Amino acid sequence: MIEGHLRLQRGCFLLDSGPFAFAAEGVTALFGRSGCGKSTLLRAIAGLDAATTGQLRFRGEVWQDGRRALPAARRDIGFVFQDAALFPHLSVRRNLLYAIKRAPGADKKDLDRLAERVGITSHLDQDVTTLSGGQRQRVAIARALLMRPRVLLMDEPLAALDWRAKAELLPLIDGLTLESGIAVLYITHAPQEVERLAARVMFMEAGRVQQIESLRDALARPDSPLFAEEGPVSVLHGHLGPGPGPGLATFDCGESRFTLLQPDGAMRSATRLRVLARDVALATTQPVGLSMLNQLPVRITAMHPHDDGRITVMCALPGGQMLLASITRYSQQALQLAPDQPVWALVKSVALMD
Amino acid sequence: MSGPPTTLGLTGDEWQSIALTAELAGLTTLILLALAAPLAWWLTRTGSRWSSAVSALVSLPLVLPPTVIGFYLLLALGPQGAVGGTLERLGLYHLAFSFTGILIGSIIYSLPFAVQPLREAFAAIDPRVLDAAATLRASAWDRFFSVVLPLSRGGVLTAVVITFAHTIGEFGVIAMLGGNIAGETRVVSIAIYDHTQALEYDAAHRLSAVLLCFSFVTLLAFYAINRRVMSPIKPQ
Repeated sequence: MIEGHLRLQRGCFLLDSGPFAFAAEGVTALFGRSGCGKSTLLRAIAGLDAATTGQLRFRGEVWQDGRRALPAARRDIGFVFQDAALFPHLSVRRNLLYAIKRAPGADKKDLDRLAERVGITSHLDQDVTTLSGGQRQRVAIARALLMRPRVLLMDEPLAALDWRAKAELLPLIDGLTLESGIAVLYITHAPQEVERLAARVMFMEAGRVQQIESLRDALARPDSPLFAEEGPVSVLHGHLGPGPGPGLATFDCGESRFTLLQPDGAMRSATRLRVLARDVALATTQPVGLSMLNQLPVRITAMHPHDDGRITVMCALPGGQMLLASITRYSQQALQLAPDQPVWALVKSVALMD
Repeated sequence: MSGPPTTLGLTGDEWQSIALTAELAGLTTLILLALAAPLAWWLTRTGSRWSSAVSALVSLPLVLPPTVIGFYLLLALGPQGAVGGTLERLGLYHLAFSFTGILIGSIIYSLPFAVQPLREAFAAIDPRVLDAAATLRASAWDRFFSVVLPLSRGGVLTAVVITFAHTIGEFGVIAMLGGNIAGETRVVSIAIYDHTQALEYDAAHRLSAVLLCFSFVTLLAFYAINRRVMSPIKPQ
């Protein structure tokens, strides 16, 4: 567990987290709007601000007790900054060696292995100021992992990158956290990143932790803060397989099978499928003569009307996973949809891509 | 009258004052670097309300006539002064008209020239890079030597060169505080003044030419090195 209650005044911003506790395993997303105190809380957890007060315990170890704090240099953490924060006077290799020299029980072989894994082997002897944003972040991630931390703190590592670098790095972070088994605390204001990576979500607002819940619970709330941008989203867990035709792939979750466009390289190991509720249509009978490849039998479990005339329909797939559909109140009344009713969920394959 | 020219056209006395000047400037630079680095670091990072007062105090030698600094130091370090008097009572000698005295004077006089370049260099360092070093288990000392100093090497070089050159060009403080004692306080600038007063223009010429050439060569080397140091490092 990571548990505590931290306070920190930075300029005119006051962080007063309130009590929080979450499991120190898997990826915990720290989600909230810009300026809500996510980075301040992460810095306080890392011990980077001497003015921090309050309580913090990591797996029973006391990291902060009142004003007394274990210095950042003696906490078992790795930290990845939004702008990578590489040492500008050192080459890529020397940036990594800086970590190895100071990491307890580090092995020089780790350097080559991790450089290979994050894809920077050919840049090892380059000056860090000549790297692209994505490459810099890869180096920063490798440098943090070389410390063999017990918890990896990531402060919006993708926020400063273009969409292509984001699309490449997200699966890399996903894969690395699975392989290493290191607990990760991941700051983001992008729901897609939460849905792709997180096991649980810590919601923050105005310097305070509002709620900590599993991703599944966070997505089951019709008013979830994760839905602010693209509306309600379902996240299905399963695995990719070969598709029925060229350029297609399948995604199996429980007894349901989705057909989608073949994802490119890095996404091939994906174990999660994001489906926007607004891309899901409902039919009372199985349609014929339709281009939509995904026609899945589901059962309506609940319906949440919104003020603007939309209704979020919660549907259970045969395996028990939830698929959300966003339809108008007019359609719901015309089709006389009601809870416990079996219906067909329709999704276009081309909509199933991140 | 100084003796006839000996080594490289300069007399033994003249060489003595050159060596004394170099010793004074070298020691001043070394001690100032050790003092100014932590002071500049504190001024860069502190949020203390004392920082303005300390900044003003450090910059005083920039605006005060050297005679004022020399005058107060003479009072403080002399036999009746707070420092000099205390030393006398402890059975030691007071510091006016001594090498140690002019060394202290030089350190105070050149302090802003060491602090300012270091302060600018420290302020230019991205604090997140230091945070990153802390999360890589680097202690405060480790961070200073492995990150801060390498990233401020331009500022360190500037501080060293300017302090050294400024001390060599010092006259007023030493004249007030040190008098004109051969081998103890008669640095080149004092010797030139002395020779001129005695109408020994040949000797004044020789020493002035030495200072002029030395200062120019030092600054030339400094600007040449600084251009290279400030350009991005090439991978090894």
